[in-house]
Order: sequence, then C-alpha cells, then structure tokens
Amino acid sequence: MGVFDPVLELGRGLMETLRSFWFEPTVTYQYPEQKREVRPRFRGRHVLKRYENGLEKCIGCSLCAAACPADAIFVEASENTDEKRFSPGDRYASTYEINMLRCIYCGFCEDACPTEAIVLGDNYELSFLNRRDAVYTKDLLLESVPTADTLTPRKVESGVYTRSVPEMKDPTD
Amino acid sequence: MDWTIWVEWVVKGFVLCLILLTGFAYLTLYERRALARMQVRVGPNRAGYQGLLQPIADAVKLIFKEELTPAKVYKLVFVLAPVLTVVPSLVLAAVIPLGTSFTLGGRVITLYVANLNVGVLYLTSIASIAVYGITLAGWSSNNKYAMLGGIRASAQMISYELSLGLCFAIAIVMGNSMNLVDIVNAQKDMWFAVAQPVGALIFLIVTLAEVNRAPFDMPEAEQELTAGFHAEYSGMKFALFFMAEYQKMIVISMIAATLFFGGYREFWFLKDTIFSVDRYWFLAPIYLLLKVVVLLFFMIWVRATWPRIRYDRLMAFGWKVLLPLSLVTVFITATGILLNDLYHVTIIGMPVYILAIPVISIACAMVAVSLIFRSLRRKSDGRI
Repeated sequence: MGVFDPVLELGRGLMETLRSFWFEPTVTYQYPEQKREVRPRFRGRHVLKRYENGLEKCIGCSLCAAACPADAIFVEASENTDEKRFSPGDRYASTYEINMLRCIYCGFCEDACPTEAIVLGDNYELSFLNRRDAVYTKDLLLESVPTADTLTPRKVESGVYTRSVPEMKDPTD
Repeated sequence: MDWTIWVEWVVKGFVLCLILLTGFAYLTLYERRALARMQVRVGPNRAGYQGLLQPIADAVKLIFKEELTPAKVYKLVFVLAPVLTVVPSLVLAAVIPLGTSFTLGGRVITLYVANLNVGVLYLTSIASIAVYGITLAGWSSNNKYAMLGGIRASAQMISYELSLGLCFAIAIVMGNSMNLVDIVNAQKDMWFAVAQPVGALIFLIVTLAEVNRAPFDMPEAEQELTAGFHAEYSGMKFALFFMAEYQKMIVISMIAATLFFGGYREFWFLKDTIFSVDRYWFLAPIYLLLKVVVLLFFMIWVRATWPRIRYDRLMAFGWKVLLPLSLVTVFITATGILLNDLYHVTIIGMPVYILAIPVISIACAMVAVSLIFRSLRRKSDGRI
C-alpha cells in the first residue's frame, strides 16, 4: 500500500457518493401513486372465494377459527336450503368476522380450510380509525360475484349441490 | 449622528437575520434532498412543489410539540443554553460583506451590517462563544450522555480553534488586513484558495469540526451518546440547537468563501468583463450565494461519505497533524510574502516567492500525509 493510498481512498469514497448523486436512479416508490407489486406468496388481507357458479366456497366449518393462533376469526354457521342456497352442502357461514387488529397474517386459516375458501390476498392497505372498523365482516371479505345472475343466496334445483367439500381431482395434488 | 444611519442599520440587521433564518430553513431541505440523492433515495418531496414547503411543515410540527423539561435539570441554564447557542451564529454574520454597495436616493448603502476593521478577530471571538451554549446544555441537562457530549464539544472546539485561528492568520497575512472587505478586495486577482490551497483545505476541515458536522460530530454522536448534548431537549428548544447548527454552517461557509474563495467577488479571470461585481453591484450577493451553496454541498457530501472518526483520533488529528501543518503553512505564507516584498524576484513576469508558497505548502501537506500513514502502519503492526 502506497503512502498516498489512504488519501486516494477518501477521494474514491467521495467520488462514489457523487456518482450516485448524479447518475444513480432512485429506488423509492412514490407510494400512494405508485404501488409495488407484491410477491406471489404475499399474505395480505383475507378474501373469501366463490366457485365459478357464484356459490360461496365457505361452508362454515370453523376450521379456520380453530387453526387461528391469534383467535382472530369468528364463524357462525347456518343451514342451507335449496330455496336460499349460499354454498354447496348443508351449511354456510352466516357470520364470518376477522379482527384485523388480532390477525398476524400467518396463513394458517388458509391451510386449514378444506374448501380453499379463505385466501390471503394482495391488499396490504388496511387502516381504520376505530377498533370497531378493524373487524372485517363477511360482506367486506367476500369476493364479488362473477356475473349478476350468480348472486347468493339463490334458488337452486334440489339434489345438485349436496357435497360440501369439492371432489379432489388428484388426491396427491 | 444622523438618524437615517440607525434606520439603515436596523433594516440591514433585520434583513440579514431574515436571510439567515430562511437560509437555515432551506438548508435543512437542501441537506435532506442532497443526502437522499446520494443514498439513492428521493427525500422529502410531498409538501409543496418538490418539498419546498417542508421546512414550514417541520417548523409547525416543532412548535406544537410538547416541550419536556426533565425534573432534575438546572432550569435557568437549561433554558438559556439554546439561546446562547443561537445568538452567536446570528451575530457572526454581521461583519461578512455580502457585496459592494449601491446608491438609493443619493445615499450609498453598503451590503454589510458592520465594516469592522478587526473583522477577523470578531469572527474568531464570536465563533468560539457558541460552544458555551453546547457545553452548558450538556451540563445543565443532568444526564451523563449530554454531559459527555458537552465536554466533547468544548474539548474539540479548543483543539480545532487553534488551527482555525492560524487559517485566519493566513488570510490576514495574504490580504494584509484584518478587515474582511479588504481581504475580499485583495482576492481580485487571485483567490487565496489558489495561492494557498493547503490553508484553504485546513480551513474547510477545521470548520467541519467547528460546526460539529460529520465526520467530526462527536458531541452529538447518535450511536454512542444518544444525540449527546441535546438529548434532553425537545420542541422549540431542540429546534434552536438545530437552527444554530445550520446557521453556523451557512455563516462558516460564508466566512470560508470570504477568506479563501474570493468572497462576493467573481472568478478572478472574469474581473474585467461584464460579469464583474464592479460593473453590476447586484451580482455580488449572487456570487456569494453560489459559493456558499457549493461549500454547503461539500459539507453534505462529506457527511454522506465518511464515517465518524474515533474520538482519540479526532483529538490526535487536531493536535498532532492540523496544528503543526497550519503553523507551517502560516510560516511559509508569511515568509513568501515577506521575501516577495523585500526582493521582488520575477521569472517571466511571475513573482517567484509568491509562486513558491503553494508549491512548498503542498509539499509539506504531502509530508504530513506520509507521516500519518507511517504512524498508522506502525500502530497496525502492533509496535506501539
């Protein structure tokens, strides 16, 4: 190492910051206007999914509530009838609430769900002004219907939707 | 005495204070934006166009912040300390010439508040008063970290003040006056920074220590002293310390520009063109502003680049390197000017002794660098 190397190194440091000052583009996202893509396995706000025919996937089994380590989920089930059908099978979730202040976004509810009804989505912009608003109710969580004629509850012919858990195509999947 | 002169003084003093206060507000924005760009960020750009209203938002936030006074502080001194820190930084600017003069209603108005014939002495004395505020703040806070910060500030100030004084001496010798206006006018043909680059460099380093900026910001080292002397301050009292630091940065840059970079004067090679301040008086403040902005950029740049140096090395650097080196540069400068006055030797029209000043000074600086290098290598070899 030469005698003047320390001084040159100081100068090199200065040049490095000057280079980034002039030439390097910033890495900042201008947040509210410019949002960042989430990762494929990102765990954001929950979404209650529907089948393609518009029926709710959730059957009110409360397995998500049982799996929840933070005890954030509350499910109350009611009976389906063919006159007023919400989901396939016998029962549907008449109340489904998640307290977003308790939720730790661990994704255990997703894993526990037998019908893949609850999924942690992409939305991370959760804010509320009081504790009451932190409890997300079913109508907030439920996905919107694909078309207008597939609303729930709806009248269906009897004997079609008897199976609450869909048949697995490939059991090893 | 004519009463209009009082009006003139009051107006000029008021305008100067306004300049410094606005300068402080926008320097914080300037620093945050420049620092952010160096760290590949954007910096505050939300309040107003490109964040231009950010200082106002900051001020409002600080004013409405709760002000805490810890139970066991020495209250009088605790309240007085921020004021003691701010006032010198404002008063310091009084003697700095911002420009030449202009005529208003048949009256010549000079662009400086006071034309002191011992302006440089005034600067040295006022600049060191500011450290009282910092030390007293550290002491009255009744907090170990704050105390350490205050002590560090005073120790650092004493160590670096000497080299600062010697740098002032270089400018005094070269300008052949203690009056700052004369010093600026003496740089008409050549900036002192060109004639004595080592002196200018030492001055820039020392001013960093003087205003407690990185890499010499030991009194407020966040990691070890939790913000040091102003650890116990909040709200507007903290804002006053902040203000003092940034105003001192501005004023010190103005002083550096005045002493070594031609003050309000244009580049020396523009002296007979239309860009000369002798032609248009309003160019002078603009030139000074540009120089100050560049010097402030240097301070921010250094902060973004270099890490804080260890405290014992800071003291060693001040006493063992800067002080001898500045002594040598003062000696070389004075000798060169004296020899030039006695025997005006010229080679192809250039005064030999004057030209020898920067050459020999740079050689001395190189010797100093090599000595530091050798001492550091000895230490790393474990021989000391």
